[in-house]
Amino acid sequence: MSSTRSGRSGRRARALWFFPVPALALYLFFFAYPTLQAFQYALTDWDGYSATYHNVGLHNLTRLATADDTFRNAAENNLKLTVVVVLAQTALALGLALYLVRTTRASTLLRAVFFLPTVLSSVSVAFVWRFVYDPDGGLLNSALRAVGLGGWQSVYLGNPNTAVFWLALTQVWFHAGQMMVVFIAGLQAIPRELYEAAELDGAGRWSRFRYVTWPLVAPATGIVLAYTTVQSFKAFDLVLGLGGNPPGPALDILSTRVYTTFSNNQFGYAAAQSLVFMALIALLTWVQRRAIRRATA
Amino acid sequence: MTKTLRPAVLTLGVAVVVLPLLVVLFGTFKTLPQLFDSPLSPPSSPTLDNYRQAVDEGGLGTAFVNSAVVTAGAVLLTLVVASLAAFFCARVPGRAGWIVFGVLVAGLAVPAQAAIVPQYVLFDRLGLTDSLLGLILVDTTMTLPTAVFILGGFLRSIPEELYEAAELDGAGPLRAFRSIALPLTRPALATTAIFLFVMDWNDLLYPLLFVRSQDQRTLPLALLNFQGEFLTRYPLLFAGVVIASAPVVVVYVLLQKHFVSGLTAGAVRG
Repeated sequence: MSSTRSGRSGRRARALWFFPVPALALYLFFFAYPTLQAFQYALTDWDGYSATYHNVGLHNLTRLATADDTFRNAAENNLKLTVVVVLAQTALALGLALYLVRTTRASTLLRAVFFLPTVLSSVSVAFVWRFVYDPDGGLLNSALRAVGLGGWQSVYLGNPNTAVFWLALTQVWFHAGQMMVVFIAGLQAIPRELYEAAELDGAGRWSRFRYVTWPLVAPATGIVLAYTTVQSFKAFDLVLGLGGNPPGPALDILSTRVYTTFSNNQFGYAAAQSLVFMALIALLTWVQRRAIRRATA
Repeated sequence: MTKTLRPAVLTLGVAVVVLPLLVVLFGTFKTLPQLFDSPLSPPSSPTLDNYRQAVDEGGLGTAFVNSAVVTAGAVLLTLVVASLAAFFCARVPGRAGWIVFGVLVAGLAVPAQAAIVPQYVLFDRLGLTDSLLGLILVDTTMTLPTAVFILGGFLRSIPEELYEAAELDGAGPLRAFRSIALPLTRPALATTAIFLFVMDWNDLLYPLLFVRSQDQRTLPLALLNFQGEFLTRYPLLFAGVVIASAPVVVVYVLLQKHFVSGLTAGAVRG
């Protein structure tokens, strides 16, 4: 390895090769190996307890693509959730970051407040919002009645057509502060002189945002978009907390669908679903990266 | 216009974040009718019954201890194996270091749900489902890629000269790791530890998959079961929320800077 070293220290350096062994052993045995096995399981009809199972080829995949309304429903919900959360959370996080980018006492405190929900567990957040959304006497409806907007009251999660949007709102409340911090770091990396130069050229507030801030904060925007997308696919805990286990069709997303299939002892089919789930996330991330590269090129 | 808009928007934002949490905190000391009557007011005749019931009936006492054991075990194990691996990646010249790093970090791209079926079967065969040790191992595996990623970046930034000096003094890799790398990466270790703490403490997926018996439940799982048992007994649910969140929130208030950088480093890894 290191030809420049003397024999003694070379022998010593060999000890270094044992350093990654525990990490690799854990990782390969408990994670990489099962991940690869998922491909093998996905081709079977194994139920999780029988001693035997059949190889069914691509049957699970065709079933998933053509004959499974619950999976399609979960995919649609997930898509709605992702689109709404990505747009709303990114805009809100950037807005807050622009307001709080200058480090003063007040803005440091406010950043801490907006970040706070991120540290809570998803189940805790779900329980907070169960009460916010409770149709009888919950926080939102009480507040609407108190300010004379009783006509705007709603059943929130109880309406199957809009439930997923209320889920999206909770997710934004949960994680906007975290993405705000990413944007603040991005904004602080923009050199002051650029704004001064733009101001000298007579650029107004909007032009300065459009031609200085927006292009230069793009790397942070890319991170936020990618992370928020993946996060909205991982909203698993939040959905179980808000919608129950298993969640009803209105709140079912891909991760909860995979889990429900697994709980129903359809191990082979659940493995197939999990692989499609993984592929969808990979595809979305790839499309996003390309779009960001093109937009900022 | 914007001069008045800014404070208005920020005040509204703070209210949206703080009010629900305040309602929850106050609500833990109220009865259900009191909560519905005046959700925002401080408790008029505070009661600790909700906490008592959450611990006695909801089993949150046991769950708290289990969560503490699993989190402490997983955070420590991850820090040890990840820092050793990251040290290797930073110190071994050429391709080998990068290959190990690449293999370990590749896990970042794979969502946990991808492997749950075979993982369950594997842990079940090893007798590691329904056991805290199993949770420690699976949590470690789940967080290992992020930990290696964060620590690897810091360890690479340590100048080669420091190690060369130590080698001239006859220090082997283990001593170089202990007396040079570890002290210098302390901030990164703290950042990583906090990220791991939050991930492990709040994890629901693996306890949900693996744990069957009541006495092996961790907090998020015990809390999730509240929803079925106590449906709309909100003050009780809220007491559960406060018990489950208190340790993380306390650490957040004490170590805010590390917290923000820890969770952000975890996010920005992509």
